Amino acid sequence: MKTRVPSLILGRLFIALITLTIVSFAVFFATTLLPGDTATILLGQSATPEAIAGLRTAMHLDEPALLRFFYWIIGLFQGDLGTSYANHVPVATLIGGRLLNTLKLAGLTTLVSVPLALTLGITAAMWRRTLYDRIVTIATIGIISVPEFVIATSAVLVFAVYLKWLPALSITYNVDSFAGLLRAYAMPVITLTFGVSAQMIRMTRAAVIETMNTPYVEMALLKGASRPRLVLRHALPNALSPIANAVALSLSYLVGGVIIVETIFNYPGIAKLMVDAVSTRDLPLIQSCAMIFCVGYLLLITTADIVAILSNPRLR
Amino acid sequence: MKTPSPTGTLAAWSGYRINLVGLVSFSVVLFWALMALLAPYITPHSVGAMIDMDYFGPMRPGLWLGSDYLGRDMLSRVIFGARYTVGISLAAVSIACFTGVVLGMTSAVLGGTVDMVVSRLLDAMNSIPSKLFGLMVVAAVGSSIPVLILTMSVIYIPGSYRFSRALAVNIDTMDFIMVARIRGERLPYLIGSEILPNIIGPVLADLGLRFVFIVLLLSGLSFLGLGVQPPFADWGALVRENIGGLPFAAPAVIVPSLAIASLTISINLLIDNLPQKIRDRSAP
Repeated sequence: MKTRVPSLILGRLFIALITLTIVSFAVFFATTLLPGDTATILLGQSATPEAIAGLRTAMHLDEPALLRFFYWIIGLFQGDLGTSYANHVPVATLIGGRLLNTLKLAGLTTLVSVPLALTLGITAAMWRRTLYDRIVTIATIGIISVPEFVIATSAVLVFAVYLKWLPALSITYNVDSFAGLLRAYAMPVITLTFGVSAQMIRMTRAAVIETMNTPYVEMALLKGASRPRLVLRHALPNALSPIANAVALSLSYLVGGVIIVETIFNYPGIAKLMVDAVSTRDLPLIQSCAMIFCVGYLLLITTADIVAILSNPRLR
Repeated sequence: MKTPSPTGTLAAWSGYRINLVGLVSFSVVLFWALMALLAPYITPHSVGAMIDMDYFGPMRPGLWLGSDYLGRDMLSRVIFGARYTVGISLAAVSIACFTGVVLGMTSAVLGGTVDMVVSRLLDAMNSIPSKLFGLMVVAAVGSSIPVLILTMSVIYIPGSYRFSRALAVNIDTMDFIMVARIRGERLPYLIGSEILPNIIGPVLADLGLRFVFIVLLLSGLSFLGLGVQPPFADWGALVRENIGGLPFAAPAVIVPSLAIASLTISINLLIDNLPQKIRDRSAP
């Protein structure tokens, strides 16, 4: 039998590539077609018209927008992200270390939230319609329905104000000792974990329950298999594909989550950089940050789709 | 698996079964809607007036929800905040769902190239994270209430399109659509009188969910200082203004957070507990 998997995956990657092109187009034009002349902004109001005209030619500003778009894309591929308007530093230097910080935060959150969410989701499905399941379900609905900053402020209230375990908002990043590291990362990671896990728990629970409604699970039930055996041995293997899909999809929530969390906890990551760039209207910086976020997001949702294709036994 | 009998059934109103959770969440939603509508008539103090000598004052008679970072009455500010949060979100969700549903039904009826092009374009738009899109627009054109409404409706058109297109494709294969086509009916009649009545239930439920997303996004942007600008303040902006009160658990920062949570959680629960008849009619 011929397998359709490679062609399906190639097709998905192709769609991702087209999407990326459209997205970069959108990012570029959203940020370039605005009022205000870049050369004037860079040189200030007192610059001579000749200097402005010179800079415009040097920056290709008097060429058509479509051409500038290509220069920009080529620059991106060569690692030239442009120069920040605000402090005349290359964008790449500004982003470098901060990107690493954000990735650290995202990685830690993934490490904490995936095992936690899978355990809660699967056990909730296993003991469906018990008090435990109801509590998990209501808690996840509650967390999904509130904005990230409400989760963050509640976490601060509980852990910093009432329990006094962790420092509140003003975190000094003293990461010399392990305890210091733990304290610095605890609040942002807790906040992000809540949001990411809530999504993942819901989807995992739904996926397991879906397979529980199939005839072969009913067969196992009639055979007299215990409830945990029913779920772990019979339902779970077939729910793996939607669960893997759910994990990747929920992780894309991180993209929106870090923007809020880095701002509220003053974390020196790339999202904070972008929010600051928006307030100063520093366009090259905004463009690069936006592209990084879009690529990350697209990577995660494409992975989710590919995992779903790979783990679907009917396609093999 | 046994299906549970609906518990807490209160009334059989017009043939629909309503349960307790649904009723409570409906009351909360209604409460905030009334607050938003009646705001100027019920606020005890002027929104901008600094009436408390102290900042981040506690709850006490006369200042039922305490005072904010400038000593303004928090109760009045939260009631007026409801106006901005509910009003802006409602306007945005109406535009988003109207456009999305009309496009979705049109794509489903026309099919072919139109369907493919529109679907691809909107899918691409869907893969820009919503907060990022909002940030970019604010960076480009600045933040004002009309810009916010338009941006958020553009962000949520693709989702609404996808949902209604999936529903409409199912209806489109039915015999009565075929009959209408043979009769020579045109597109506006087909989508308005043949398809829409058959998908309106799930579409309205979807509108509710999308309203929640928009409230979350709007509050998020305002919290970042990029949404509703002073002197106006929605709930997200109220949390931002008063975030300094967080270390001493001031009501000024807790109350607007609770307001957002109560509204969004109630809408979610209300939709979860809608009578099956409305929610799942012809759902795929």
